[in-house]
Amino acid sequence: MERNEEKPNGSSHTISLLVENKPGVLHRIAGLFSRRGYNISSLTVGPTERPDYSRMTIVVLLSTKTVEQVVRQVQKLVPVVEVRELSPQDLIERELMLVKIRTPERNHAELRALAETYEATIVDVSPDALVVEASGNAGKLDALEDRLRAFGIQEVCRSGRIALERGFKTLAPPSLK
Amino acid sequence: MAKEKITGAMAVRRALEAEGVEYVFGMPGGTILPIYDAMFGCVKPQQVLIRHEQVGGHAAEGFALATGRTGVCFGTSGPGATNLVTAIADAYMDSVPLVAITGNVATSLIGSDAFQEADITGITMPITKHNWLVTDVKDLPRILKEAFYIARTGRPGPVLVDIPKDIQNTEFEFEYPDSVSIPGYHPPVREEPRLKDAATLVRGASRPLIYLGGGVRTAGAHAEVAAFAELIGAPVVTTLHGKGAFPETSPQCLGMFGMHGSKFANFAVQNSDLLIALGARFDDRVTGKLSTFAPEAKVIHLDVDPAEISKLVTATVPLVGDLKRLLPQLTEEVRRLFAAQGRPDLEPWLKRVEAWREKHPMKYTQVGQKYLLPQYVIEAIWKKTGGKAVVTTGVGEHQMFAAQWWKTSGPRQFITSGGLGTMGFCLPAAIGIQLGRPGELVIGIDGDGSFQMTLQDLATARDLNLPIKIFILNNLFLGMVRQWQELFYENRFAQTPLSDCPDFVKLADAYGCLGLRARTVEELDQVIDQALANDSGPTIIDVRVRRQEKVFPMVPAGAPLNDMIDGE
Ligand SMILES: Cc1cc2nc3c(=O)[nH]c(=O)nc-3n(C[C@H](O)[C@H](O)[C@H](O)COP(=O)(O)OP(=O)(O)OC[C@H]3O[C@@H](n4cnc5c(N)ncnc54)[C@H](O)[C@@H]3O)c2cc1C
Ligand SMILES: Cc1ncc(C[n+]2csc(CCOP(=O)(O)OP(=O)(O)O)c2C)c(N)n1
Ligand SMILES: [Mg+2]
Repeated sequence: MERNEEKPNGSSHTISLLVENKPGVLHRIAGLFSRRGYNISSLTVGPTERPDYSRMTIVVLLSTKTVEQVVRQVQKLVPVVEVRELSPQDLIERELMLVKIRTPERNHAELRALAETYEATIVDVSPDALVVEASGNAGKLDALEDRLRAFGIQEVCRSGRIALERGFKTLAPPSLK
Repeated sequence: MAKEKITGAMAVRRALEAEGVEYVFGMPGGTILPIYDAMFGCVKPQQVLIRHEQVGGHAAEGFALATGRTGVCFGTSGPGATNLVTAIADAYMDSVPLVAITGNVATSLIGSDAFQEADITGITMPITKHNWLVTDVKDLPRILKEAFYIARTGRPGPVLVDIPKDIQNTEFEFEYPDSVSIPGYHPPVREEPRLKDAATLVRGASRPLIYLGGGVRTAGAHAEVAAFAELIGAPVVTTLHGKGAFPETSPQCLGMFGMHGSKFANFAVQNSDLLIALGARFDDRVTGKLSTFAPEAKVIHLDVDPAEISKLVTATVPLVGDLKRLLPQLTEEVRRLFAAQGRPDLEPWLKRVEAWREKHPMKYTQVGQKYLLPQYVIEAIWKKTGGKAVVTTGVGEHQMFAAQWWKTSGPRQFITSGGLGTMGFCLPAAIGIQLGRPGELVIGIDGDGSFQMTLQDLATARDLNLPIKIFILNNLFLGMVRQWQELFYENRFAQTPLSDCPDFVKLADAYGCLGLRARTVEELDQVIDQALANDSGPTIIDVRVRRQEKVFPMVPAGAPLNDMIDGE
């Protein structure tokens, strides 16, 4: 018989939410995560196909059991229309990264080559700095960031993950379709 | 409803009228003045002026818990609103339907640290089911409709509507909606596919136990519970909030289990092979050390809140929905299965339970004691009233003595602060209960410490001539904390003696209430009669009890449920 006392070690889970686009919604959701001790490793929020709803993608590092509990707690928030953990197999996830690098001009060619292998682009160039833009899944961006370190990273800005599932499945409940 | 052109303040009045609200507990102030003005002269709802907004909140809770209807309270912006916070948190923990309405500074001033501005929606976000800051008067009717709907449906709880003063003053075309449509709020109503699995577990169990919680009260499912319990014949235990869900006077009921439950109830839980939890939430005060809780038991957990399922104890069979709707269906499934396969033989189990009850009875001995014992006082009041009263309490030893010794025989007869454990709950709750249940006997079992947290509202009780009877079990101590100091801190009584206690009899007199005192068995006998005979207003009874009487049995915090200490 299981008594859920010890919290087992976590793994990464992607939770997708459809929320009413109203003031304070982000506060309500972030507050729930922090007061129940659920650690957020990434959170994004943005508009959807309907102006009155936003979609949030939250990545958490938790045990599968705890994630089920998180989903049920989040579902109780009134402005949350739908919430689900996206299945890892069907996940399309993307993140955007901007990296400012301070490096002498003689290194620029090498940098351009590196960027190309990662399908990244150089979006700003000045005599001793440039900005690389890349997108993709988190693993790819981590790898690129690692490689760029040698050139002297000044600033990194990552958007956090957004995600959808493959196939026809959507998050919106029937009432909204 | 027809449209009419009115102010936001008047719209609040119209909404409360439409919701059938009977009482509003509150105190006016600058930013809620327009609403108070709109309510001026209003007979239903009637305004009740409390002397502290926390009291208004608890009184609304008492009203709600005693009647099953939603409690309503008002507060002005800033300190009025923040004074409501404790009561709102209390209602949240105990799932009490409560609508709190606050005034706020004008929308143009919000965010400017204006006089008496407090971000009350931000402050109460974690302790409400939902809350709203109204920024457009046209939203007000919908928001009020949603507020009442959300407070009372599903798992009930508190909501708060914060209305800036300019919104209250704005005129608009008012129409109160007949229904709500909230895309993200749907209390579960679907069919429960796992009823058969649950019935199979019941049929297969040889040591089943029914565990009743506050959800039975909320659902009003006492008759359904009685039918279920009669069919399966298993012993019944309850939580603090489950008191009255099943008559404690019945031999089938083992009463409260948990930290201060009886030994026999706790042994039954620990040895059962099937726990049937109905509207209860496996609180740490009832489970003890979670990893050792009911180690052999499978669990059927019926709850209206899906987030309670498998939160602390994994349910073998979860049943999600309203008890009143689902339990009769479960009863039918079990009946069918019993008819087809026969009933399990519970005799050996019932015998074991009976043996525990005989070997470890709840007991105390007043005879030969110099001082009154709290247990005796409670039993004496019970006997004089035949148990026909609605009881409420403060928080502490007296509360646990009341839980152990006041045999509750029916629904909504034992009303207490469990989840938050808020001292000062008793008098305010008694006010709300008496208003909700006029003509019934309302008895408070309070502590000297708890009473002193909200006693200023004797003025309110006096104003309304409420014949409530508050028995203060006066041990001149913050007793429950002192008990822990005795048991776990080597008798170092840091800040727990309340020896400078005011004279409660004179205090009662100062407030125009009847004040009585008892120190002996004989005095107690007389004083209870006097209190019961006083119908003209509140009675405060200062009962001096043995100062260091402790509540036993006790499961130390974090210990397994069967590791009870009993002071012998
Ligand atoms: C000093 C002190 C000591 C205490 N000691 C004890 C103790 O020894 N034993 C004890 O039991 N308690 C004790 N308590 C109280 C304890 O802290 C909890 O408040 C209490 O145990 C919770 O009761 P419950 O499980 O019935 O849940 P409640 O808080 O009453 O919750 C009710 C449950 O029912 C569900 N529900 C609501 N409506 C419905 C419906 N219509 N259909 C289905 N489900 C519904 C809700 O979702 C919720 O899960 C103590 C408190 C204090 C202050
Ligand atoms: C508002 C609040 N503050 C502090 C506590 C901690 N506390 C729990 S019981 C208790 C003592 C209560 O004393 P009293 O009301 O006299 O009851 P007794 O235990 O003596 O019967 C205290 C201080 C609490 N529960 N609530
Ligand atoms: Mg005391």
